[in-house]
Amino acid sequence: MSTPVTHPFLQVEHLARVYPSPTGGEDVTVFDHVNFRIHKGEFVCVTGHSGCGKSTILNILAGLDKASAGNVFMDGREVSGPSLDRGVIFQSHALMPWLTVLENVSFAVKSRWPSWSKAQIRDHAMRYIELVGLRGAEHKKPSQLSGGMKQRVGIARAFSIEPKMLLMDEPFGALDALTRGVIQDELLKICAETQQTVFMITHDVDEAILLSDRIMLMSNGPHARIAEIVNNTLPRPRERSAIHKHAHYYPIRNHLVDFLVSRSKLFGAQRDAPDAPSSPTVFDPAELLEPEPVVTHTPPVGKPHIHLVNA
Amino acid sequence: MKTRLSLGQKSALLSLALFGVLLLVWQLATLPETTTVAAGVDPEYAALMGGGAASSASSFPTPAQMARTVWERLSDPFYDNGPNDKGIGIQLAYSIARVLAGFFLAAAVAIPLGFVIGNSRVVYQALDPYVQLLKPISPLAWMPLALYTIKDASASSIFVIFICSLWPMLINTAHGVANVRRDWLDVSRTLEVNPLRKAFRVILPAAAPTILTGMRISMGIAWLVIVAAEMLVGGTGIGYFVWNEWNNLSITNVLFAIIMIGVVGMALDSVFGVLSKRVAYQE
Repeated sequence: MSTPVTHPFLQVEHLARVYPSPTGGEDVTVFDHVNFRIHKGEFVCVTGHSGCGKSTILNILAGLDKASAGNVFMDGREVSGPSLDRGVIFQSHALMPWLTVLENVSFAVKSRWPSWSKAQIRDHAMRYIELVGLRGAEHKKPSQLSGGMKQRVGIARAFSIEPKMLLMDEPFGALDALTRGVIQDELLKICAETQQTVFMITHDVDEAILLSDRIMLMSNGPHARIAEIVNNTLPRPRERSAIHKHAHYYPIRNHLVDFLVSRSKLFGAQRDAPDAPSSPTVFDPAELLEPEPVVTHTPPVGKPHIHLVNA
Repeated sequence: MKTRLSLGQKSALLSLALFGVLLLVWQLATLPETTTVAAGVDPEYAALMGGGAASSASSFPTPAQMARTVWERLSDPFYDNGPNDKGIGIQLAYSIARVLAGFFLAAAVAIPLGFVIGNSRVVYQALDPYVQLLKPISPLAWMPLALYTIKDASASSIFVIFICSLWPMLINTAHGVANVRRDWLDVSRTLEVNPLRKAFRVILPAAAPTILTGMRISMGIAWLVIVAAEMLVGGTGIGYFVWNEWNNLSITNVLFAIIMIGVVGMALDSVFGVLSKRVAYQE
């Protein structure tokens, strides 16, 4: 996957989140020195164990939460609050139950383009409802929809405002495996069509491999960081039924699973060591990635680019 | 042959049966006392108790007498023969008008104020002691104060209705607004929805069921209180009617008024029942 060598679209610098200790002791640092960049059109997944602060990072990117330290820049401008430039898909879909599918999407469209006529808003909303395959269900209330359909409405709503960036917090976490697969395929298709820049949190390794260009791995909290970034070298377009046949699939998958099972803890242990403050805080995964790849295993050709950033 | 009755049919039958039993007991209890002295009772005692007079002049009506009164009164509800003789429709209209005036004044204050309180923890905590202190006060306790300051009986009873309707609506609105799901607020924040649109399109519909429950409770209390208030201030209204008929010792009319109070109360409540269904949503 070739990423454009332009100025990064989204830049996150030394992001940290500190909570005051409830018992009055030392403050709890959930994560600190989180640095990463996302280029336009990139699909980036973040994974890590619960409590490492993934959702907090996403909320900070969305402008719904404030960082204790660090900055987020999008398109050269600092992110200081929620904006229509960043669409959010919530895990709980967050549809308004008193509105129909069409009204839910129209609500977003009207927020984005307040001067549009009723017909314009309706047409635009319908286009995205059709995109997620919900034509015919537009006059239903969310309570009449299945979990998968509700999340589709959430996707249609987020895409309908044509945001510069899409933030997804485990959007398919609450769905059954079958439905999840179907919606992932749809998302893949829509993202390919719209060239949408996406930041997505997932616990599902296969989902990350199917959807993303890069996968960021977070070490365990407290003091969680982005420990590794994995370049997903599987070629697009990707087919769920075929990707596992590609030579890179299992090395990537094993690497991710290894990280989640064992290495995520090691990073935490290292952080407790006395060298913690002296460890280089300015590491930019993106820069480390591009030049000579650090070869960790031996397969000669077609080796996926797996880069250990922090090791 | 076995016929299966639906749940509704069964309960309708049971209701009718209960009504029949009620009428029967009523009828038996109000039978004219033809026997003079029951056996085994001291005749002097019986005489003292009025049993010896063989009078059937009890003021308590039989079901048939009651039915006749109900029919007469309902067939001419709007006559007006001076201050002490008005049709039931006029009396009820006075009461309903007062209740509605007090209720909507209270809604106009309680719902916006509840919005503010529900949106701000500071205001919530600042006003909470006042609400807690004022809420348990019987609305009728305000009556002397109202009469002294307002100097108008009808306006005073409207004020009493206002005071008693205020608290349930205020508390429920604040509670409903404060508990709007974070997700919906987050959605409107990410969509940069302006505060006014957020209030009307997100918070209001989200809190509407809770607000309406508060309004329903308020209306119930208001209808309870208006009867007592009108008994105090007199002049017009169903409460005054009850008291006036008690002074006339017309138990039949008192009973009739009681039934009408129940009917109107039920009707007012069912209006809010319908409205509640309208704004209800299923998550």
